[in-house]
Amino acid sequence: MKTFKMGGVHPEENKISNDAAIEVMPVPQQMVVLMNQHLGAPATPVVQKGDKVKVGQLIGEAQAFMCANVHSPVSGTVQKVDTCKDAFGLTKPAVYINVEGDEWMETIDRTPDIKRECTLEPKEIVAKLKEMGIVGLGGATFPAHIKYSIPEGKKAEYLIINAAECEPYLTSDYRVMMEHAEEVCIGVSILRKALGVPNAYIGIESNKPLAIAKMTEMAKQFQGIIVEPLKVKYPQGAEKQLINAVTGRKVPSGKLPIDVGCVVSNLGTAFSVYEAIQKNKPLIENILTVTGKKLPSQHNYIVRIGTTYNDIIKHSIGELPATTGKVISGGTMMGKAVVNLDAPTVKGNSSVLVMDEAEARRNPETACIRCGKCMHACPMGLEPYLFSSLVKNNRIEEAKEHNILDCIECGCCFFSCPANKPLTDEIRLGKNRVRAMMAAKK
Amino acid sequence: MTQQILIAVLVLGVIGAFFAVVLYFVAQKFKVVEDPLIDEVAEVLPGANCGGCGKAGCRAFAEACVSQGNLEGLRCAPGGDAVAQKIAQLLGCAVEQGEPQVAVVRCHPANCGEKRRSNYDGLRSCAFQNTVYTGESGCPFGCLGCGDCVAACQFDAIHMDPATGTPVVDENKCTACGACAKACPRRIIELRNKGKKDRRVYVSCVNKEKGALAMKTCSNACIGCGKCAKVCPMEAITIADNLSYIDFNKCIACRKCVVECPTHAIVDVNFPAPAKKPEAPKPAEAPAAPAPEAVKAPAAQ
Amino acid sequence: MNLLNISGSPHVHSDESTKKIMWRVNMALVPALLVAIAYFGINALLVSIISVAACVLFQWLIEKFILKVPTTVSDGSAVVTGLLLAFNVPATVDMMWIVVIGALVAIGVAKMAFGGLGKNPFNPAIVGRIFLLISFPVQMTTWPQVGGLFPMDFDVATGATPLGAFKEGALPEGVTFMDAFLGHVGGSLGEVSAIAILIGACYLLWKKIITWHIPVAFIGTAFVFSGILWLVDSTAYMDPLMTILTGGIMLGACFMATDMVTTPMAKSGQLIFGFGCGLLTIIIRNWGAYPEGVSFAILLMNCVTPLINRWCKPQRFAN
Repeated sequence: MKTFKMGGVHPEENKISNDAAIEVMPVPQQMVVLMNQHLGAPATPVVQKGDKVKVGQLIGEAQAFMCANVHSPVSGTVQKVDTCKDAFGLTKPAVYINVEGDEWMETIDRTPDIKRECTLEPKEIVAKLKEMGIVGLGGATFPAHIKYSIPEGKKAEYLIINAAECEPYLTSDYRVMMEHAEEVCIGVSILRKALGVPNAYIGIESNKPLAIAKMTEMAKQFQGIIVEPLKVKYPQGAEKQLINAVTGRKVPSGKLPIDVGCVVSNLGTAFSVYEAIQKNKPLIENILTVTGKKLPSQHNYIVRIGTTYNDIIKHSIGELPATTGKVISGGTMMGKAVVNLDAPTVKGNSSVLVMDEAEARRNPETACIRCGKCMHACPMGLEPYLFSSLVKNNRIEEAKEHNILDCIECGCCFFSCPANKPLTDEIRLGKNRVRAMMAAKK
Repeated sequence: MTQQILIAVLVLGVIGAFFAVVLYFVAQKFKVVEDPLIDEVAEVLPGANCGGCGKAGCRAFAEACVSQGNLEGLRCAPGGDAVAQKIAQLLGCAVEQGEPQVAVVRCHPANCGEKRRSNYDGLRSCAFQNTVYTGESGCPFGCLGCGDCVAACQFDAIHMDPATGTPVVDENKCTACGACAKACPRRIIELRNKGKKDRRVYVSCVNKEKGALAMKTCSNACIGCGKCAKVCPMEAITIADNLSYIDFNKCIACRKCVVECPTHAIVDVNFPAPAKKPEAPKPAEAPAAPAPEAVKAPAAQ
Repeated sequence: MNLLNISGSPHVHSDESTKKIMWRVNMALVPALLVAIAYFGINALLVSIISVAACVLFQWLIEKFILKVPTTVSDGSAVVTGLLLAFNVPATVDMMWIVVIGALVAIGVAKMAFGGLGKNPFNPAIVGRIFLLISFPVQMTTWPQVGGLFPMDFDVATGATPLGAFKEGALPEGVTFMDAFLGHVGGSLGEVSAIAILIGACYLLWKKIITWHIPVAFIGTAFVFSGILWLVDSTAYMDPLMTILTGGIMLGACFMATDMVTTPMAKSGQLIFGFGCGLLTIIIRNWGAYPEGVSFAILLMNCVTPLINRWCKPQRFAN
């Protein structure tokens, strides 16, 4: 079975919400839609106070190059265009909407029929991805229309769909595969057409045998879709590692996947591409896992983007357990700890993960015993222990020479460190300093 | 026997003489001509290599002084006027008297620490914490409390107050080199004039959020109401981005703004008695905010 | 509700800790200790206990009163040093006080003077052992003769180790491979039984505390190099199998050359380190003044570990 070549760890999988079918989360009373739900510049609001909006109507327009459209996930009246504190307490531009009914745009096809045929040309597909505000749902929220506009002189040879879901706890991709296999395959076919590549590979880790069986069965009905079972190892879903696992190619330092002829998209993205292209439905809904060892029940939801964490918690489990120590958006390895539960969810969110106080606390740091576990766990072949001391002593130039910028921040080094040193944090700090140094030199 | 000794002495002597000649010529060839003045200037400097002057270290500063020939735009903050005068003497130029300065932490200590809204559990570095979230206080502009400034200080002049979780500057040790101000990722620390009798008034907040939002996170936040600017006789106060700023060159430390400020964001240090508003009673928010005495306490240390 | 904890990712940890690693190493040393007690009796036990107690005590005293830092004796690293030091000395009555001096040098000079666990460039137990070997050459080379199982008497007869005897002329009569493998030969307390050491090493390999690189490179090099010499002249040089089974090669290769702190991190560096250790050991044994060279070899290779770390970088992902 295929996997990437170097490093990696195997954290406890904890896929406890595997069997919870996707439920529909009710629409909240008030909706706050952040304008930067993607990598890049925030979208510019195109509605004003008092405007009536429908579900799927454009409310934030992408004006910068690295930007994505934002659509209203609800119908109602715009209360104000202002700022809002996001999940990390930072102030971001946002549109407040008072929800009235649930009136969708007429263009959106809400019938349950599955539409297989796609007559659009590749360029039209990319244009529509931009119009519908599709972004990568693997975590980085990279605008899809930029990814699928292959630059001049480069050629895509592989389309790789990331369904590894190597992060512990997360099950949203798994549920999508189990319940919407056909739609996903159509979405993959559309992306394949947009790139003009012969084959698309769907990489699935072998701890999801049912999903592998289902997707393999479904892929037979489509041309050029190959399901690739992968050995369970974190970070299988990281772009460079997935390319390495599926094709054996290696993205060189400082290069992009397209430089080795690969384009990687998340499985959730493929599903939203299907809805956008075939059903005219913009990216206004997310599939979220609500999970945690101490929670009374485990859930997978389809949620309107912008529903607050508190609304989700209230509807799913009532209230957080008294011993809650951490709420994470995303998985335990790369997810972000949330501080403001009143904040709205955004496009890239894949879970609300509740950790107990005892498991959330980091153990105290002890002395480095130079065991080299961080180095052997690093999937990029870097030396985290070295960065730790270089960053501490502000030897930024040397850190750069040791390829600190190649770090993908997967967290394997901290995970495996017996001394509990916050290696990943230190490397992030070092990367920031290297970037600042490079910017200052320019 | 004597012969052997003689030979040994001779051989060693010749070898020694030969290398002495070699050394002499090499030394002549690679001689670096350096102005002896640089050494003299470097001698006068404190030698802490704090980098407060903007140069790589004390030696680099001395080189800059000598090559420039005067002290225009060059100032050693830790050395202060005494050092400036000595250097001027060496260079034979005039020296402009600089106002003595001190580092000032512009975040209200009474708020932080006590009213934590979350518990930061990562790398003890403000620069890193700043990239993760707002910080324990919940204020996106406020002190993060990991002590990057303390680590940056070469003079042991800034310390974390364990009770408040914010740094406190030791006025007697602070040389105003500015290392802490540079280290602070939120630019909370500012170099301000020490003022007459070390008395000074400043806005102890850098929150640029709108008033209501700022008040939500901190009861001592500057809300940009502009009352201070109106009451100031010297027009020393400007309001920008919902934040008031006192120009220390214009301020006469009359403390009218201190009494006027509804959130007690403006603080006065080293004054004998707390400022009092003559007639009006204390504002309604007062119970939530600490009394001016309490605010003063850490800074007056 | 509690305050929410906030940190950068990742939010989970493998549950590995320095403490666990050190106590597992101690576990792995137990078989060799048991064999030592079986062959050398109560002396072996007493020397070990005194050595361990002295190491722990010195570390505690230094941390508490000199460095004034939180004490870390519970992490078990001082126990490892104490056990290894005891394993490197003969199980005699004299050793019961000499080993305390060794412990002071090992902990005080080789470890704490450099800043404590993780910062020492040399393996503390080896530094302690070499200090004793140079300071107390007679006591350190007075080996108790192996008698029956579980001898309880303090005044056992002394004799030469196979290596010492070979240095003088020939192997002692009747020492077979099986004797050397099981440990039925003279020697330092913990180094005699190859099988007991290998059991401990297997445990460490299973728990992924050590990798095969250093032991295999060390023992392999020693075997091949001494084999070549033996093929050249089988009377002047020792049989290669006997070479690796006697003396401290097994103990050194499995426990002291695999000390994480003082050995290279990259796999390639570990192979170089093991190779160097094996080569130096055989050179010292055959042409040096001492009959045994393992500890000198490891100490010398410890010196070059920073260099090896500098040159042997892990394979980068795409370079």
